[in-house]
Amino acid sequence: MSRQIAIAAAVVLAASLSATAVPALAQEAAAPPREHWSFSGPFGQYDPQQLQRGFKIYREVCSTCHSLKLLSFRNLADPGGPGFTEAQAAAIAATFQVTDGPNDQGQMFQRPGKISDYFPLPFPNAQAAAAALGGKVPPDMSTLAKARSHEGGFPQFIFDAFTAYQEDGPDYIHAIINGYTTAPAGFALPPGGQYNKYFPGGAIGMPQPIKDGQVKYTDGTPETLDQYGKDVAAFLMWASEPKLDERHRLGFQVMIFLIVFTGLLYFTKKKVWHDVHEPAVSS
Amino acid sequence: MSGHSTYQPQGAFMKWMERRLPIASLVHSSFIAYPTPRNLNYWWTFGGILTFMLTVQIVTGIVLAMHYTPNVNLAFDSVEGIMRDVNYGWLLRYIHANGASFFFVAVYIHMARGMYYGSYKEPREVLWILGVILFLLMVATGFMGYVLPWGQMSFWAATVITNLFSAIPVAGHGIVTWLWGGFAVGNPTLNRFYSLHYLLPFVIAGVVVLHIWALHMVGQNNPTGVEPKDEKDTVAFTPYATVKDAFFIGVFCIVFAYFIFYIPNYLGHSDNYIPANPSQTPTHIVPEWYYLPFYAILRAIPSKLLGVTALGASIVVLAFMPWLDTSRVRSANYRPLYRQFLFIFFAAVIGLGYLGSQEPVGGYVLAARLLTAYYFAFFFIILPLLGLFETTKPLPNSISESVLGKGAPAGNGGRA
Repeated sequence: MSRQIAIAAAVVLAASLSATAVPALAQEAAAPPREHWSFSGPFGQYDPQQLQRGFKIYREVCSTCHSLKLLSFRNLADPGGPGFTEAQAAAIAATFQVTDGPNDQGQMFQRPGKISDYFPLPFPNAQAAAAALGGKVPPDMSTLAKARSHEGGFPQFIFDAFTAYQEDGPDYIHAIINGYTTAPAGFALPPGGQYNKYFPGGAIGMPQPIKDGQVKYTDGTPETLDQYGKDVAAFLMWASEPKLDERHRLGFQVMIFLIVFTGLLYFTKKKVWHDVHEPAVSS
Repeated sequence: MSGHSTYQPQGAFMKWMERRLPIASLVHSSFIAYPTPRNLNYWWTFGGILTFMLTVQIVTGIVLAMHYTPNVNLAFDSVEGIMRDVNYGWLLRYIHANGASFFFVAVYIHMARGMYYGSYKEPREVLWILGVILFLLMVATGFMGYVLPWGQMSFWAATVITNLFSAIPVAGHGIVTWLWGGFAVGNPTLNRFYSLHYLLPFVIAGVVVLHIWALHMVGQNNPTGVEPKDEKDTVAFTPYATVKDAFFIGVFCIVFAYFIFYIPNYLGHSDNYIPANPSQTPTHIVPEWYYLPFYAILRAIPSKLLGVTALGASIVVLAFMPWLDTSRVRSANYRPLYRQFLFIFFAAVIGLGYLGSQEPVGGYVLAARLLTAYYFAFFFIILPLLGLFETTKPLPNSISESVLGKGAPAGNGGRA
């Protein structure tokens, strides 16, 4: 057996050695540093305070350009979310202007948002966004935290399965917010582009969105770029995966059940097969 | 289905029924009294696991279909609606998406077991070919299911895969237009993929019935590859195989649940959370992980037509294994050389899977070509020749002899 494994390993090794001749891709972006997240791991849960801070950043900064069209104001009061009360969510909704209609005269009109409304779009359509922002459409943020990843490659991807690492999206968002630096010498920055070492290709269309102290926190949390990045990434992770708390809780119950049930099945199997195996070797 | 049914109907109603529709005795002879070799190891539980997974996929799929909208403008948002607003919709979708992966995990193990123990050999050729047909149906179903969420990878995988048919001489482009229902992947494509994705699982279920029927005609193979000779070599399906299958389905479900609850997006691609955009090609289009070895074979060959032919041949060749393998000994436990070449084959398939996930540049192309060459050489050169030259180990006289260890040549009792 071990000889076969050795041969098999040799074949794979030969294949991977011949692969080392691959030239590194020139525009390879830096790997986003892995941050600590309250929602990581099998028992992770969102921190409602952090989600509220992240929402404040979305509202005051991101929402100028980025839509969040799959989220409704009622979601702000959902369990496992930022933990606003329904009254608070309704009050937040009322501060937004929403297009409704047509009314009895056939006209569209503006009214304050209701809790059942979805987050209004910053631009009426993608073309308007592109026209206003130098040709690039800012991505919708509803699924953004699950739509970004960084290929860890082999063997990292195997470790990631065992450590239940699913936070490459928030890590990337945090890294982008903190990744604005001056371009390295010789880097040809396209007009209107900014250099960001974590953005694939290096040239990002979005100007640095936020700076230290720009958003005021009322709970004493440091108003730093690093903290802003974490808070808004956590909020966007919740926006992408709003049922994570429930999933982790239910997952624990299901795992306990399956392990106990499978254990019982094992002993049942042992008992049933006892007469077959006696006095034979084990199967 | 093997021998006379020993079923004795109890009670007036069952006796009445037995003379009209003997379904109770069919169930009794197929799933209760049916004799299974006593030396089956846990690799044999994957048939039961596959039946379980097919049921899981159909049940979750039917409920998902109640909430899904097959329209290019609504599909992505309807899937997100399932994740957000349907009660336990996130659970249904994660079970279904990871269920496809685990269905393929189980089928690959099931196929590898068949190859290792020579389960394709006489008299199980039809059983094996039905299995290859099931695998092809699974490939088609899985591919069309991946298109339904209408994310970037859905759209571009559909574009790349359907474009493969354009390699067919003369009629190629006409066929592709016909498949698309238009001049590009669009709403008609999504609609028909949805329709077929709903249909094919029931076709699979039908072929599974044939597969089990064929299995019960010829009986199960076993780790020695020696046919059962008398009652001492077999045990009744119930309770022995039933409880063993149930236990291992439980073990399988623990791993499955770990993926569903803790790393539900691990096996997916993050680009599929970006809505499909026909005017923006992703930097790197990859299929789902379970197609990667075949994708690597496709890309290893510079000619498109030959690449597509090799892709198809790499699966279809499996159906010819019963005749390509000239050895009369079934189990690799008694075929030392075949066993080595088979392990290299498994390693080559895993290697191709890795290469399929990487950009086809530099040494990766060469590696993929070498492994593709080995893949086909295994079937067309190694299998036919080994049967002629290989010295096999002596087979036990019976299953019970090998199990009880009386001079059993392979003392590991078939454990691989």
